Amino acid sequence: MTDGPSEDIEALIDLMARLPGLGPRSARRAVLHLIQKRGKLMLPLAQAMQAVGSTARECLNCGNIGTSDICGICDNPKRASGQICVVEDVADLWAMERANVFSGRYHVLGGTLSALDAIGPEDLRIPKLLDRVITEEITEVILALSATIDGQTTAHYIADQLPGVSVTSLAQGVPVGGELDYLDDGTITAALKARRSL
Amino acid sequence: MRRQVISRIGLRHFRSHRKVDLEFDGRPMAIFGPNGAGKTNLIEAISLLSPGRGLRRATSDDFVRRPEALGWKITASLGSGHDIETWAEPGAGRQVRIDGKAQPQVALGRIVRLLWLVPTMDRLWIEGADGRRRFLDRAALSLDPGHAEAVLSYDRAMRERNRLLKDMVRDSHWYTALEMQMAASGHLITEGRRAAISALMSAQAVASDVFPASRLSLSHAEGDLPDGEDALRTALADGRARDLAAGRTLIGPHRCDLEAVWEAKDMAARDCSTGEQKALLISLILANVRALGEGSPRILLLDEVAAHLDAGRRAALYDEIRALGVQAFMTGTGPELFDDLGASGQFLEVTDENGESVVRYAD
Ligand SMILES: Nc1ncnc2c1ncn2[C@@H]1O[C@H](COP(=O)(O)OP(=O)(O)OP(=O)(O)O)[C@@H](O)[C@H]1O
Ligand SMILES: [Mg+2]
Ligand SMILES: [Zn+2]
Repeated sequence: MTDGPSEDIEALIDLMARLPGLGPRSARRAVLHLIQKRGKLMLPLAQAMQAVGSTARECLNCGNIGTSDICGICDNPKRASGQICVVEDVADLWAMERANVFSGRYHVLGGTLSALDAIGPEDLRIPKLLDRVITEEITEVILALSATIDGQTTAHYIADQLPGVSVTSLAQGVPVGGELDYLDDGTITAALKARRSL
Repeated sequence: MRRQVISRIGLRHFRSHRKVDLEFDGRPMAIFGPNGAGKTNLIEAISLLSPGRGLRRATSDDFVRRPEALGWKITASLGSGHDIETWAEPGAGRQVRIDGKAQPQVALGRIVRLLWLVPTMDRLWIEGADGRRRFLDRAALSLDPGHAEAVLSYDRAMRERNRLLKDMVRDSHWYTALEMQMAASGHLITEGRRAAISALMSAQAVASDVFPASRLSLSHAEGDLPDGEDALRTALADGRARDLAAGRTLIGPHRCDLEAVWEAKDMAARDCSTGEQKALLISLILANVRALGEGSPRILLLDEVAAHLDAGRRAALYDEIRALGVQAFMTGTGPELFDDLGASGQFLEVTDENGESVVRYAD
């Protein structure tokens, strides 16, 4: 028996090590840091986690993650610009928001169509998107989906069902879909400006 | 005139080879040794410098040297200055790095143009159409590296559509979305194949008497393949009901076939003798090398090609390879098969020593 951290601390390290980007060693360092900054960091962090953990949820309208049934973007009348930007996941939405280039609303699909992986339209909030186009009087749907076969199938699938609406796609050659998160703001802005109709 | 496309290759834990490092000076390479020594394994490693699964169409796991099962790696330096690394960890897919940068496999097609003949292709003209389609697509890929992307895209979209058909899904928008992509990539495939056929035919016009010229054409399983992207899309949409009943896609470039006729005899390739069929095949592969032109980084792998040819045809083949200036790698059981190469060839002897292939220069 060695004299390492106590059982509780070990358990905390194990949990931290499950976070993306953290391994056992960096989790150990993070926990040590937190304990040393107990009052200033650890307890406020614990409280914030408690609060978000009990309130976080997906927006019933767009799939964004927030702390209320309808997220801040969907709730904001100023964002009713008639434009919806369709993304694959929430990280993409947040990347677009960080770039601060888009003033409309979003719709998070949660993936792309794939018959081989048994992912159909119902698994992707596509019916909800088609509803929203009507109820929110949308005039342009901007697709920010990956350039893979599955991403493009999803894009065509959506476009095929929106005959009266302008459907555009982010400029080709820009890696999007789960990858927006890795782009700098300038690239996102350029991709949005250079969008073309599908 | 010789072209040194690959100047160095290294194999690590690749099939029967544990650690092999070789340098080439661009002369035709004669690789000899007893059955099971590791000759084909060596040129299979070279074949992985192009996109795909290599000349045996194996999986990454098949390449892993047994019993160690540590994963495998191939490195190569090209005369053009590029460095290629391709490898796989155990149980994982093959990866590619060019000049130190991770790249998709298709990127290999842009820096090396690899062609090969292997003994299983001796039955190419009498077996199923898929082998002939693959042969034609390899020719098209060698002439236009972009062909690989079209083939991959088409294949993925078609497998998606076939899944919908099997599951009896009736969502017409989903079919439309897939058919649009199949039509776009399918059209590119057909264009690439047609271009390859005409390039091969005109390059054969100057073929030697020993290796005959053939007339090539593209056929389709049922009637004519719809011409053009729009026609293909419409045909796919119109064919849904029939495809649903069949559980798969019945028209498209995946149902095309390469027809070959021995020009001088007006005889279909499948009705030619075994030796004649082989001669036709060699003739086409040489035409392909010729069509690529001297400026392109051409590599030709010929597995056991000498064994099927009489002495006269063998000498003609070596003459042709020398005249084309293509970097060729040939295998055979004994050095006498390569006598006619003489000093114009580089010789490698492969032997098995305690379950490990050993490769020696044998000039
Ligand atoms: N993954 C592997 N690990 C270890 N050995 C392997 C592996 N795959 C194949 N081998 C062995 O490699 C040996 C050499 O095979 P190869 O096909 O290269 O022989 P060859 O020299 O071309 O013989 P032949 O003249 O019969 O064609 C075979 O004995 C085979 O069992
Ligand atoms: Mg062999
Ligand atoms: Zn929302």
